Amino acid sequence: MSTVRDNADDEDGAMLHPQLRAEHDPDAIIRDGRRLDHAEGRSKALRPQPPEPQPRGARVHGNRPVDQAEAAARFIASPEHEKMHDERLWDLRQKRDREMHGIPEWEELRSLASAIKEHTLTHLDEYLDEFEANARSNGVHVHWARDGAEHNQIVHAILRDHGATSLIKSKSMLTEECGFRPYMTSVGIEVIETDLGERIQQLDNEDPSHVVVPAVHKLRTDVAEVFSRTIRTDPSNSDVHYLAEAQREATRPLILKADAGMTGCNFAVAETGTFVVCTNEGNADLSANVPKLHIASIGIEKIIPRLEHLAVFVRLLSRSALGSPVTQYTSHFRGPRQGGEMHVVLVDNGRSERLGMEEFWTSLKCIRCGACMNTCPVYRRSGGLSYGATYSGPIGLIIDPTFNARKYSNLPFASTLNGSCSNVCPVKINIHEQIYAWRRVLVERHEVPLAKKAAMKAAGALLSRPAAYRTAIAAADMALAHLPRFVIYNGLNAWGKHREVPHPPKQTFHSWYKANRGAKQ
Amino acid sequence: MRIGLFIPCYIDAFFPEVGIATLELLERFGHEVVYPHDQTCCGQPMANSGFNAEAADTEALFVRNFSGFDYVVAPSGSCVHHVRGKFDAIEQTDTVKEVRARTYELVEFLHDILKVDAFPWARFPHRVGLHNSCGTLRQLKHARPSELNEPFFSKPMDLLSKVEGIEFVELARPDECCGFGGTFSVFEEVVSTKMGYDKVRDHAQAGAEYIVSADSSCLMHQQGCAEHIGVPMKFIHIAEILNGASA
Amino acid sequence: MSSRDDILASIRANLPRVDRPLPYVPAFDDEPPASLLDAFKASLHRMGGMFLDPPAAGDILAPVREKIAGAKIVCSMVPEIRGNRDIAGIGAPRDLADVDFAIVRASFAVAETGSVLLSDADLRVNAVAYLAQHLIVLLDPADIVVNLHHAYRRPEFRDRRYACFHTGPSATADIEGVLIHGAQGVRSLSVLPMAGRRSAEK
Repeated sequence: MSTVRDNADDEDGAMLHPQLRAEHDPDAIIRDGRRLDHAEGRSKALRPQPPEPQPRGARVHGNRPVDQAEAAARFIASPEHEKMHDERLWDLRQKRDREMHGIPEWEELRSLASAIKEHTLTHLDEYLDEFEANARSNGVHVHWARDGAEHNQIVHAILRDHGATSLIKSKSMLTEECGFRPYMTSVGIEVIETDLGERIQQLDNEDPSHVVVPAVHKLRTDVAEVFSRTIRTDPSNSDVHYLAEAQREATRPLILKADAGMTGCNFAVAETGTFVVCTNEGNADLSANVPKLHIASIGIEKIIPRLEHLAVFVRLLSRSALGSPVTQYTSHFRGPRQGGEMHVVLVDNGRSERLGMEEFWTSLKCIRCGACMNTCPVYRRSGGLSYGATYSGPIGLIIDPTFNARKYSNLPFASTLNGSCSNVCPVKINIHEQIYAWRRVLVERHEVPLAKKAAMKAAGALLSRPAAYRTAIAAADMALAHLPRFVIYNGLNAWGKHREVPHPPKQTFHSWYKANRGAKQ
Repeated sequence: MRIGLFIPCYIDAFFPEVGIATLELLERFGHEVVYPHDQTCCGQPMANSGFNAEAADTEALFVRNFSGFDYVVAPSGSCVHHVRGKFDAIEQTDTVKEVRARTYELVEFLHDILKVDAFPWARFPHRVGLHNSCGTLRQLKHARPSELNEPFFSKPMDLLSKVEGIEFVELARPDECCGFGGTFSVFEEVVSTKMGYDKVRDHAQAGAEYIVSADSSCLMHQQGCAEHIGVPMKFIHIAEILNGASA
Repeated sequence: MSSRDDILASIRANLPRVDRPLPYVPAFDDEPPASLLDAFKASLHRMGGMFLDPPAAGDILAPVREKIAGAKIVCSMVPEIRGNRDIAGIGAPRDLADVDFAIVRASFAVAETGSVLLSDADLRVNAVAYLAQHLIVLLDPADIVVNLHHAYRRPEFRDRRYACFHTGPSATADIEGVLIHGAQGVRSLSVLPMAGRRSAEK
């Protein structure tokens, strides 16, 4: 079996150490265009290599449309980061597949999960009522927040009433959506994230890039740099066990003396007033059970009707997210403990409005597993921060425009519509179809560049005129110049930047047919 | 059977050999194959970018060209998916619905309608990597996608297995998108080409001499990527192999 | 109008007018494993937990005694083992910060996932299962259910205020996918199969 070598190998099959064959190696001696290597060593260089700097996320300027492509290009231009990120998340996708094959009823579970969520969403007011009534009879305080700002104010008021100035919390995408941490900083409340990935991001003053593994875009060297700056670890030590242990030791005292604890919520059960939080670290349990005061932020779409339905979702969640049967901790909170106090904040923040969108309401079924991100070939190569939004990847493409259609107008085009996301979604959201639908909506709302609109109009005109079309493609070089332009507005340059253009054939099919099979039929 | 042959715009312009192979292949089974001269495109380039209104005239032209056939067959999964699955810029008259329902992609036509069980004229003694475009795989359901817990099946593999000498390689990521994605290939060209490089390297490392697909758009993109990074690889459309093309 | 009224009104105005009935959820228990204990053990092991095989003869708790032999602070919530930190005397959770081993009896376990259910009734002070460095769990093999569908039928979810499935120790793979045990919570979780006396406190 012959193996095709790509051009990373040199001719005799050995690979020179990457440093020694860097394209612009200042130490290289070049003769006649070729590097002299007759006495070069092939062993690893002794001097340590500077770690590849972390590519930062999308450049966000107010309401201007986020340029995801630009940020993605920078991510790909950091090959160590891109390779690690792509392989790590593809591995999670493969682990998910392995779990799936071990569950014969897998597709049935997905159908059940989807049906339960759709039923609940079409009766959302009744189930929220039921949840609130049961939670309150269990001694839980129930608050309602129309938007992120109100959520933050409510939480602040609760903390103020208890004289709390420090808060430990577990991961919650809802709180990210609400801009919770910046608000708390502005009112003088210290917030400590306890999820390792979230803590890394907090210390680095950067948003989480993935709903389940917030720092997945970072190499260990990036984490070492952040920790050396903030929790005083050894900057040259990027051993992962060392870094994790350092973080554990640094965070434990903060957990012990925190005034209050906050969690998110994966599922809220109407029947019993229970809310469920799934973590691998046990940090939600620390946040909820060490301080006396526990506050939980719950998106209104998290409701499910009964305890028996939890089985369906818990069986699907971690398998879809990480390829493990269940998270290390699945915590069920039904009421405050002796001497403690429990508050939940039910948050709308655009969800009720999204419920009324005929093509997009089913995006509310999302259980934030991240499987769509793991399988998305674009996401894996772009990094979650390239989307410039709280939610990235496929699910981000369909819910971010509901938060801000202008700012996120480019996102639905950061997709090949390949459909893998819809197939891995445990609740069967037709993500790729909603991405397609958003494109139409954005065009109708004029949230696309004028040049693109002009090009599309021109394409539509040419492709509906047979004679004009045939003339346009008849000559081979004319075809090369014209045809790609039907489908683009950037011009041929964009196709040919990193890829060769198609070889022009001797004649079109039209011409061949006319010449060989007779005239027009 | 009276078959209307639809040769999409980019095959017309860049891969006429695919059109020729499709025509000859269908004729081998004894059917009347008609190529309406005034055909152009299915409307997908505009529609996929959200410009549905701009696709209307093209879609109407398609219907005018292709009404009255028993089947309309095209060697392009994405175009057929657009016709059968979307194609709603124009009023859905009975004629429109009829044409849409009768439009088939070549592989599914050979497999499901003609139920071809042999290609005695075909011989292709080479190691091939089969590339199922995402449209044919997940939308037209050419084969079982790796994300689903369902029994394995593959229509293109069924057909190609009947070709003497052919050998399939096993890929690390058999159905990851290659990155073409229509206008995505230009709007997100860095990501698109990175996906293309990864795809052709996967095939190369698996030992493929040829990448075969039912979608020339993917092949066009992959060929451009392979040539750019110097991965030696040959590309061929499934119609050509089934029609008896040699290496 | 209160925020509650506003939100409910907005929901009602936007409810999709489609019929979506609630499906029946089966228990998926047609082909249970031959031994629930063996299945539990395999799942537990997979998730990083340890199974303490009791000795064929003699002191059934020997593996536990061996584990805690060198420990400084042991907090036991089970009558079978005596520790040196009395859970009943704990004023605040932070008083448990120096606990090396916590020993608790699980309410039940799940074979499918390798999980043990620890509730407020089992833990007395919930935080002990998270502040201790290591957790040892006594589990009555008769209290293993086949899967999560069966688990959620258990009364603990209706009458306990706090109930948590522990599946192996605290873990994370947040940095480059490298698996870490003892991320924020316990560094190890060990299960000893042992029939329990039905304590009156439960």
